[in-house]
Amino acid sequence: MKNEQTQIIKQGIWSNNPALVQLLGLCPLLAVTGTLINGLVLGLATTFVLVGSNVTVSVLRHHIPQEIRIPVFVMLIASFVTNVQLLMNAFAYELYLILGIFIPLIVTNCVIIGRAEVFASRHSPLRSLIDGVSQGIGFTIVLVILGGAREIIGQGTILDGAHLLLGEWAKNLKVSFYLTEQKFLFAILPPGAFIGLGLLVALKNRLTSKN
Amino acid sequence: MALSSPFFHQSLSTQQIMLITCLALIPGALAQSYFFGYGVLINLCLCITYAISAEALVLLLRKRKIKQVVSDNSALLTGVLLGLALPQTLPFWMSFIGVWFAIIIAKQLYGGLGLNPFNPAMTGYILLLISFPVEMTAWLPARTIASHFPDFTETLQLIFFEKTAEGMTIEYFRLITDGFTMATPLDYIKTEFTQSKMRSEILSNQYLTDNIYAWTVINSCYLLGGIFLLLRKIIRPHIPLSVLSSLFITSFILYQFDSEATNAPLFHLFSGATMLGVWFIATDPVTAATTPRGRIIYGLCIGFLVIIIRTYGGYPDAIAFSILLLNLAAPTLDHYTRPVIYGHQKEEQANE
Repeated sequence: MKNEQTQIIKQGIWSNNPALVQLLGLCPLLAVTGTLINGLVLGLATTFVLVGSNVTVSVLRHHIPQEIRIPVFVMLIASFVTNVQLLMNAFAYELYLILGIFIPLIVTNCVIIGRAEVFASRHSPLRSLIDGVSQGIGFTIVLVILGGAREIIGQGTILDGAHLLLGEWAKNLKVSFYLTEQKFLFAILPPGAFIGLGLLVALKNRLTSKN
Repeated sequence: MALSSPFFHQSLSTQQIMLITCLALIPGALAQSYFFGYGVLINLCLCITYAISAEALVLLLRKRKIKQVVSDNSALLTGVLLGLALPQTLPFWMSFIGVWFAIIIAKQLYGGLGLNPFNPAMTGYILLLISFPVEMTAWLPARTIASHFPDFTETLQLIFFEKTAEGMTIEYFRLITDGFTMATPLDYIKTEFTQSKMRSEILSNQYLTDNIYAWTVINSCYLLGGIFLLLRKIIRPHIPLSVLSSLFITSFILYQFDSEATNAPLFHLFSGATMLGVWFIATDPVTAATTPRGRIIYGLCIGFLVIIIRTYGGYPDAIAFSILLLNLAAPTLDHYTRPVIYGHQKEEQANE
């Protein structure tokens, strides 16, 4: 039993990572990882929705008719996304404006519907909870690494905008590596995200193939 | 079995083709350095060094035979093309990023020469253009109209320190005699058009016409180089001719609609990177379409896109964008335009 749970955690974070192995949810992954904080916030929001949807789908799995399961899943996910959106609107308004359309678009994030269909609708609530958390963390880690790398290369800082998430004291967390009048726009624009993700996937494959 | 006459055929090696292409670029490069100064030559040296070092580094990592592969001269050609395409006083680290990206990401990561879907030089150029739009459009005015033309040491200082010993930046050298800065003709005219000026009014500026003259000479020299390649049978005429005719026809049609708000067809043919792109980059044997009909469609689309982007798009020149877009379409074009093999019926081949 214990062994099985660690297996689920390991799968979510490493061997079946949603962003690096399943290559799911790439639209928000590529669009919002301009800075580390943006990536982190979207990762947390996605994790929250993923955990919520996984648990509810798992609890209700015997009551959902097989034929209309996808619409039901989408409605469940959409209600969680609405919660996240309203909460962010209330407590982190600036981040809400930065992430914009990508918060409501979590509804269509394939990681979430994928886990609901593949995992939660076939497993117990506890396992689905663990799966949701670990898949969410796996996704968030990739968002943070990609966001951090693009932020360092693109504008020479890290943790820019941390105060939007953590409050005023966090303004001091921002570190500038180099000052430049001219941002390296390529890293901040979508093509930089594609290439960055490609390199991350390559790195992951390299590490796996060595074992 | 010895080959007899109809099958006997001596083809050039990749090494020779690349080298002859580089040689054909010499007249254009000379004209460009005449009008824009030492920066062109310094850029060429820098880019060639970067290109060959990047190629050697990747080959080392991939455990290939370095000397054998580097001597195919393809990295040399990429370096030369980028050196000619970049503004003369671009900071050295920017050209470094462009060339290393071109060789490592756009070429070697796909598997090296012959496997890259995009033209490496143009990919590097686009990377720099969208990353550093200010520096990448900071072309000097031609020697004939510049008020302060940088000499050799000043050019070196601009490239390596971004300002001269006297503290002058590139902006100082971009001034022309009447105290305004002058971009490339394409860029300048585009800006004037957005301010609703009439074409005849814009062209009444003597400095602009002098600058256009410089670009026309440069383009003519590249045209000469291209014709040389055609005569040596390094390239085939399909692509260059179809690009040029499509450029001409599209701009001619637009020009007929409103001759005061669009550029004349001949201006399009002899400005910006037109001739360099048409003869040396669009004809890249690796990334262009390969069937005869495919090549013609490929060329026509490039010419059409160039005019559309130059006229309605956000960037002053469009050769690099159009070529990269059509690089992407080349495999599809090849697939749908396969010629009928001698002895086969048309349908027979379609069923295969």
